[in-house]
Amino acid sequence: MADGPVVPVDEPSEDADAERASGGADLDYGVPMSFSAGQLVLHPDRSGYVRLVERLAGDGFETCADLCAVDYVLLPSRALPEGIVAERFEVVVNLLSISRARRVRVRVQVPDADPTLDSLFGLYPGTEAMEREAFDMFGVRFRGHPDLTRILMPEDWEGHPLRKDYSTGRIPVRFKEAPGER
Amino acid sequence: MRRVRRRDAGSERRGKESLPSSHERALMSVTSELSQELAPRGSTAPSELLREQGAVLRLPEGTVLDRADWSVESAEDETMIINMGPQHPSTHGVLRLMLELDGETVLRTKPVVGYLHTGMEKTGEELTYVQGATNVTRMDYLSPLHNELVFSMATEKLLGIEAPERAVWIRMLMCELNRLSSHCMWMATNGMDLGSTSMMIYGFREREMILAFFEKVTGLRMNHNYIRPGGVAADLPDGWEDDVSVIVDTLPGRFHEYDELLTGQPIFRERVEGVGVISAEQALALSATGPILRGSGVDWDLRRSMPYLAYDQVDFDVAVGSYGDAFDRYAVRVLEMHESVRIVGQILEKMPAGDYRSIDKKVTPPPRSRIDESMEALIHHFKIFTEGFRVPEGEVYVAAESPRGEIGCYMVSDGSNKPYRLHIRGPSFVNLQSLPAMLRGALIADAVAVTSSIDPVMGEVDR
Repeated sequence: MADGPVVPVDEPSEDADAERASGGADLDYGVPMSFSAGQLVLHPDRSGYVRLVERLAGDGFETCADLCAVDYVLLPSRALPEGIVAERFEVVVNLLSISRARRVRVRVQVPDADPTLDSLFGLYPGTEAMEREAFDMFGVRFRGHPDLTRILMPEDWEGHPLRKDYSTGRIPVRFKEAPGER
Repeated sequence: MRRVRRRDAGSERRGKESLPSSHERALMSVTSELSQELAPRGSTAPSELLREQGAVLRLPEGTVLDRADWSVESAEDETMIINMGPQHPSTHGVLRLMLELDGETVLRTKPVVGYLHTGMEKTGEELTYVQGATNVTRMDYLSPLHNELVFSMATEKLLGIEAPERAVWIRMLMCELNRLSSHCMWMATNGMDLGSTSMMIYGFREREMILAFFEKVTGLRMNHNYIRPGGVAADLPDGWEDDVSVIVDTLPGRFHEYDELLTGQPIFRERVEGVGVISAEQALALSATGPILRGSGVDWDLRRSMPYLAYDQVDFDVAVGSYGDAFDRYAVRVLEMHESVRIVGQILEKMPAGDYRSIDKKVTPPPRSRIDESMEALIHHFKIFTEGFRVPEGEVYVAAESPRGEIGCYMVSDGSNKPYRLHIRGPSFVNLQSLPAMLRGALIADAVAVTSSIDPVMGEVDR
């Protein structure tokens, strides 16, 4: 049972090449780039993160579609472009350009020892709830966020549930016929 | 008040016992217990106050923000903070709004969410890709097929497979019908929120027709688990064309009834026109999508602008409003229903023949007939449903246009049979942020109409 059906890793499809050929070049901001399943990803470091997003916002990415965090504690050796040091957390921002009908993704590494990152609130006020969710679920603190409180969990909750070291609760299965504890 | 008390308790404990270890201190520093509620002005940080007042929103170019222009501003002792919800019938579930009122005028609004949080993203990490669709389908329970669609499209993108053509068209058919049923439901509840009880009966009547068809196809009225990675769960039943034809023929006449009942009704229009206005710039800045963005005049529909499935092969128009008020959002949804009927009619004609799920044996279980003949097929079938299939490492973001806006799925795979991270960008969750901007300066009576015009589904907001 150890080996399930394994799907061979396909080479990125031709739309990846198309993106690479046309779309990637105009977003060359001097930060490492990668392509994941044909989608363009930019990898700034923490200090250049807001500056990069600001330039993207100025270049026609009018709206921030999504912001979320990922806890990579179980995947320290994941594929990242050269020069990027893998850290425990990643904040992933998906920007959308309405005028050009395209997307770009920004992934920034956030270390476990100091899980802070500058907030995008000043550029996209719509990230307010998303950053609160990322804080609530992962404990990533966003500097400059006006109201960094828990959003989904109760305010007195301890811990951050979507971290990988936060275990899920289990309810033991009880059968009707089995004798109970008391 | 509460915060102060807690802090006191903490310092007392620290005084009696030994100092906290560095780990405990680190934990304390990350476990913020700030209140989620709307605080009085005196105890609200300036940046948060500006946000709640809508001052941080980017304004149209040339507009200079002058605080003296705000007529609804007033001293604190004249305002009152009241609670609306979570158990308020007009909040569509368990949405809690905290409103600061000056008389009947709303100054600040804060939606407090999380009452329906069940950790579905965490659950998604525990379920295989085969089981995952049953989980995500429960998020936005009024458009379950769109949840399944983005989940399946993200999985397929990571796998590098494509659903066969018939599966794509079946998905499109089901999603458009789902848009119709969701909008019917919205028409019904919106009508009821505004005092038109007959509209509620009408909306549910039409929705019932579509749900009956869903039951015939998927076996369930809601939470179908019908769209799965690789295709759909089952082919359309015999005679589906007749059922869909009946829907396509009946609905336009019913929409006419809606127009007579609501659209042209002076009382209804009084309640929604000019209410809850949000400009295109504000909507974009707040990441709003769907009918809210289109109602504000931004011509943006993923089905047309970034086509997925086979939307580039059907002919439809995108409805766009101009004022961004509750009526525009209403009108956009009504026109969208007409367009969805048009799309369904075209799908009826163009539905290709072929497989309804991928023939890739790694993803698709063998057909029932093979299981009786072949031991390998039986084992294969068993393994796919118990262990699932493995998905190559990678991460992907896929988006689709749900009835409420852009539903996105960000999926990270570590090469195993379960997603490493599953994040759903719920359109309602993001769209709710527009509520304070829409309600600012409105009357408390309009709060119901404006909340309803956002069409939040709390299952998706809280996930």
